[in-house]
Amino acid sequence: MKHRELKNTLLRHGIVLMIALTAYAAGLLLAGKNPVAAFVDTVSFTFGTWYGFSEVCMRMIPLLLTALAVALPSTVGLINVGGEGQLYMGAWLATWGVITFPNLPAGVFIPFLILLGFVGGGAWAALAGFFRARGWINETITTLLMNYIAPLIIGFFVYGSWRSREPGASAFPQSIAFPPAARLPRFFNSRIHLGMVIALILLAVFWFIMEKTKWGLKMKAIGGNPEAARRLGFEIGPYIVGVMFIAGGIAGLAGMAEVSALYGRLRAGFSPGYGFMGFLISWMAGGKPATIVSMSFILAFIFSAGSLLQITQGVPFAAINILMAMMLFVVLAKPRLPGVKR
Amino acid sequence: MRVGQQPVIMKQKGLGTSGSGHVISLRGITKRFAHVVANDGVDLDIRPGEVHALLGENGAGKSTLMKILYGFYHMDSGSILIDGTEVRIASPLDARALGIGMVFQSFTLIPAMTVAENVAMYFKDQPFALNLKSIAGRVRELGATYHLMVDPSASVRSLSVSDQQKVEILKLLVGGARVLIFDEATSVLAQHEISGFFEILQRLKADEYSIIFITHKLAEVMTCADRITVMRKGKVAGTLMRAETTEQNLVKLMFDEGLQPSNTARSDQATTAQHEPLMELQGVSTRPKGIGIQLVDVSLHVNAGEIVGIAGVSGNGQRELVDVVLGIAPPMQGKRLILGEDATAWNAGQIREKGVGFVPDEPVRMALVPWMTLCQNSAIGNLDAYVRAHGFSIDWLAVEKDIAASFEALGFEPLPLHMPVQRFSGGQIQRSVLAREIGRKPRLLVAFYPTRGLDVRSAEAVGSVLTRLRNEGGGVLLVSEDLDELVSLCDRLVVIRQGRIVGSVCHDAIDRHAIGYMMTGSEVSR
Repeated sequence: MKHRELKNTLLRHGIVLMIALTAYAAGLLLAGKNPVAAFVDTVSFTFGTWYGFSEVCMRMIPLLLTALAVALPSTVGLINVGGEGQLYMGAWLATWGVITFPNLPAGVFIPFLILLGFVGGGAWAALAGFFRARGWINETITTLLMNYIAPLIIGFFVYGSWRSREPGASAFPQSIAFPPAARLPRFFNSRIHLGMVIALILLAVFWFIMEKTKWGLKMKAIGGNPEAARRLGFEIGPYIVGVMFIAGGIAGLAGMAEVSALYGRLRAGFSPGYGFMGFLISWMAGGKPATIVSMSFILAFIFSAGSLLQITQGVPFAAINILMAMMLFVVLAKPRLPGVKR
Repeated sequence: MRVGQQPVIMKQKGLGTSGSGHVISLRGITKRFAHVVANDGVDLDIRPGEVHALLGENGAGKSTLMKILYGFYHMDSGSILIDGTEVRIASPLDARALGIGMVFQSFTLIPAMTVAENVAMYFKDQPFALNLKSIAGRVRELGATYHLMVDPSASVRSLSVSDQQKVEILKLLVGGARVLIFDEATSVLAQHEISGFFEILQRLKADEYSIIFITHKLAEVMTCADRITVMRKGKVAGTLMRAETTEQNLVKLMFDEGLQPSNTARSDQATTAQHEPLMELQGVSTRPKGIGIQLVDVSLHVNAGEIVGIAGVSGNGQRELVDVVLGIAPPMQGKRLILGEDATAWNAGQIREKGVGFVPDEPVRMALVPWMTLCQNSAIGNLDAYVRAHGFSIDWLAVEKDIAASFEALGFEPLPLHMPVQRFSGGQIQRSVLAREIGRKPRLLVAFYPTRGLDVRSAEAVGSVLTRLRNEGGGVLLVSEDLDELVSLCDRLVVIRQGRIVGSVCHDAIDRHAIGYMMTGSEVSR
């Protein structure tokens, strides 16, 4: 059993990498470049230099969090495709905190921002959970559609009342700069920030809850057979709302961390689709925490390679989106892969 | 694709037999499902221009037989003759081509489409451009002839249930059916619509249509049938002319008394200690929900040390009753008491906590998580007992020990504790649920068709577990459609019909005929 599972996991990683490499090469050939040379360049940059490697790790952070925001609800049978919207709302509420209480000391400010980011994303997702728990609307539909609302809310504020009036910055739709006390700390002389620690701790906690505790077992039972769970007296409604709140909160942390650690301002459209990539990762990883980490790393690598290609080879970044879509197809087709039996 | 395939006429019978006067002859039809023989060498003849009732309890094999005739199931052995010629019916398309049509209990209409469109859908060869006008014309014409007036351009959604049934019939008639099969056709109709339905049958009969009418309601059989075939346990118990029989006769055939089961299970009966009732419903009514049955003014109690059986034709409110007892559904009116406490507002978790266990008919759907192991499934049934460190840890060793002990105490062969339960057989799965529920030492066990689909050995195991719990002072509420099972196990039988309790008998006073009357709502009982 264990052996086959491991083989299966390796196979999945291999397939994802193969597709990425093939598409990478094809894109370069179309652009008239030498794919081998570009590949060597990319690898030597991302694995050969600390800067390149740390950038990949930095990219992993929102992916880890948004993937967890999908994996957690999937344990109770919910499909949360709203990571993107939840991420924006976490960033939004955190920015509200910065604008309203700009003078807090760092020791208070960081926990405060973490709380706001969590609540912002959590409340946004809990709304969808509530509708689902009442049996009104399917959470897949609501979370998907709410993805389109959240960036508009951000836009409403950063183009309007929150728009920075600082000279130079006011040309862009963005908020005022966060005070230094409101910036998440970074480590190792790189852009890897506190979000990484939070994400890894949360993944470990997620593993512990699911494997060891009463609540994990209950969640698995609800996801595995809601009818039986109901008859065993489990409170399904509160679990749905609660799990959605926590999942949304985790995605909200990703948004808060991006804004606070990297940009230092809330910007319209700051996420290049981390929420959707998180969904992809969670599905590819089968919701397993360790696999989420490795898959996030692969996707972060692809992502960095894409940025690099754009700069050095002039391949548009949209190519990366096409690549992600292709991978999603492969993942969804996984039960039919030869040799991989369910 | 078998869509285009024509029914195969296997061999031509001699000319003499085609004049036998039977539209359909079924000979030696046998059909097995896993362990159950649903039809066992069934013979049946249908004459032109007759209403032929197929009468029997649930699970007697009526529906199976008709689904074989309609090509829904494939028989294991036997033959079907149409006008004396042996035919092979491999699919409903074959059956339709041979002039056989069936109206199912749940209709097969598409609500968003009009009557004419629904009728058109019934044909497999439609021109690219539908000629709905001619179909509408046929619908009107046939509607006028047989009292089936329905506006062909009305959307089915806007029609009443009885009008929808008319559309179902029209569909078959336009399709050229000569033999119409109705599966429990009156169960969806209100009392006043039923007589209208019988009138339709009489008109069809007069035009030489043959009608097969599956039912378990005696009164209706006596009203509308010409001939009656009674089925019992997969076999034909007898075919009678309506004019020559009585309800008593039919009841005797339906609920055979020849096979009295041994009462050994009851011999070691506990002293009937009449404590406070473990569970009591006082005048409980529920809100009607979808196609479910509404409970009306149900009063029921289960004492410690007794097995109370709920007898009834299935679909008469048993599921709703059990849901109320378990706290899945709230009572709209009336009171629910558990161990003497007012539990009207309690939810399923609170009621379970008080020591109420549940054994369902479909454990895989209702009691277990299929991909979880026996051990995990045992843990979720009694989680609070195994929780350590405020919920942060689960004592899996205790779970293993307890479930193994429970298996042993019940005399079941041990099962692998760490295998997903979906790999177990039906009997093993039901034993797992029993072991889990009994392991909790319940005060009251609600068993809902607990032996459905089980082989004899497993069914006996279930029975002895229930008896044992009773003898140890627990209470059991047993819902079953098997009268033999109820009679052999229960101290008291309560009969439910149409969501109402229509009778209650102590074990010593059980009269199968009387119960049969109460279950079927026959006139004689009143």
